[in-house]
Amino acid sequence: MNIVACVKQVPDTEAQIKVKPDGSGIDESGIKWVMNPYDEYGVEEALKLKEKLGGDVTIVCAGPARAMETIRTALAMGADKGIHIDDPALEGADAYATATALAAAIKGIPYDVIFCGQRAIDDDSGQVGAILAELLDLPQLTVVTKEETDGKTIKVVRPVEGAAFVIESSLPAVVTAQKGLNEPRYASLPGIMKAKKKPVDVKNLAALGVSVESKSKVAKMVPPPARPPGKIIAGDDPAVKAAELAKLLREEAKVI
Amino acid sequence: MAKGVWIVAEQRDGAFRKISFELASTARKLADELGEEVGAVLLGSGVEGIAGELGKYGVDKVFVADDAALEPYTTDAHAAAVAKIVKENDPSILLFGASAQGKDLSARVAGKLATGLATDCTEVKIDGGKLVAVRPMYAGKCYGEVVFSAFPQMASLRPNVFPAVENAKAGAVTKFDAGLDASQLKTKVVEVQKDASGKIDLTEAMVIVSGGRGMGGAEGYACLEELANVLGATVGASRAAVDSGWRPQADQVGQTGKVVSPNLYVACGISGAIQHLAGMSSSKFIVAVNKDEEAPIFAKADYGIVDDLFKVIPELAKECKKLVG
Repeated sequence: MNIVACVKQVPDTEAQIKVKPDGSGIDESGIKWVMNPYDEYGVEEALKLKEKLGGDVTIVCAGPARAMETIRTALAMGADKGIHIDDPALEGADAYATATALAAAIKGIPYDVIFCGQRAIDDDSGQVGAILAELLDLPQLTVVTKEETDGKTIKVVRPVEGAAFVIESSLPAVVTAQKGLNEPRYASLPGIMKAKKKPVDVKNLAALGVSVESKSKVAKMVPPPARPPGKIIAGDDPAVKAAELAKLLREEAKVI
Repeated sequence: MAKGVWIVAEQRDGAFRKISFELASTARKLADELGEEVGAVLLGSGVEGIAGELGKYGVDKVFVADDAALEPYTTDAHAAAVAKIVKENDPSILLFGASAQGKDLSARVAGKLATGLATDCTEVKIDGGKLVAVRPMYAGKCYGEVVFSAFPQMASLRPNVFPAVENAKAGAVTKFDAGLDASQLKTKVVEVQKDASGKIDLTEAMVIVSGGRGMGGAEGYACLEELANVLGATVGASRAAVDSGWRPQADQVGQTGKVVSPNLYVACGISGAIQHLAGMSSSKFIVAVNKDEEAPIFAKADYGIVDDLFKVIPELAKECKKLVG
């Protein structure tokens, strides 16, 4: 089975995000870069599928030079090879432009199933998987917590508010991974050593024969709105403090 | 030239979800500013009868496709139907709910229409006749103002953030043919597993009572469940609690969980790791109960109590019960 997993390199969840004074983006100094957590679930699912049905796993990643580290992490987990799309035109690209680049790379290789994270934790757009599916004319199965396939069809569980949909689809398809799908493995030391020798094709957009055009852009970034200072309810008796809090919630905040 | 502010309404089992009215009211505001009309797309089977309700919230025209292939929701059927009617009518703005369904659908439609989409917006406004969509990024650690270079300008709106305001307009219903060939659809819903608990999803809850590492274990949540019962709230959890196996993954609030915006968020035994704060700082009121007065959660809280939550929360439940009745 030909399995593709798309990955993105993002700031670690514990990173403090500071907006540049001119609002043109975030200050990247001191940021620790990691594989997008939702993409880890996608890579893990790809590896489990390979273990079950055979075949190989190709990692596809659009990002600057530093993103190679994330591709190597996926290879160290057990993926076989990588495609790194590195092109300055992708800096600040929106989901449509990014998906266009990924689609161009994936069109050039065989695929039966394509995994993506359900969203990247940097821009939080959650669109690339769906747009990629559209550009490749494939069905999409998004935000999936369970997946089963025999290589011909796929069955997934997709939680929605107050329910879960069990969906069947033909393959190939794009599946976007949600937390709960699996427990991603850590790269082993031998895995890390092997990953160094696995092939990664670095391509720019011209080499892929595609140009990209963003349809939207972040014109300005701003820090989150500041919250007014809060009130600490003082005292020694928990019951008295609880009563005071209940009163404030009812009469001042009017939220209960 | 693209004209009109449109929404894609969301219904389940023949009833509108609240987000539909939030979308309608927001579209009305934008349309009034532009001097344009509000259109709505409603998809489903046997839904024509409810279409007019959208008029109450400011919709001028409702385009309804009533087709068995549109129920239950599948991406391929709904995206094809929305793309078809939108192409025929060329609205300049198209709004969706940032619900599970709306996020799935809006992204596919953006792909089909080759346009831009701003996900999970908390503010939308008009500047120079064009849409500016404001949205949290990095789970709310910063906000981005999104502008568009293609039409329709698409945005999905975070539930619970935009008010639903009654403002009666015609709500005139026009039926359209979604043009679906059921044999061409590649996906099929084989089962819908309803959550029998009746619990409101965290993303839609008006009140959330959430517990973290300070709960000490799964059994610690009993007092939160009790408070939640009194307040009609949904119980949430921090990543630490979920990763320890105390609560199911669906309960996790934070950057790698759900991003929530209830009227009231009660954080119990949650220190306030940055990745948790990212998921709940757009809550309207925040209460923190924690033994550690240095806990970062207090910097975000409107009201704080520094004490043992196992002493405070049962008392709070009692007091709230008296007030709420």
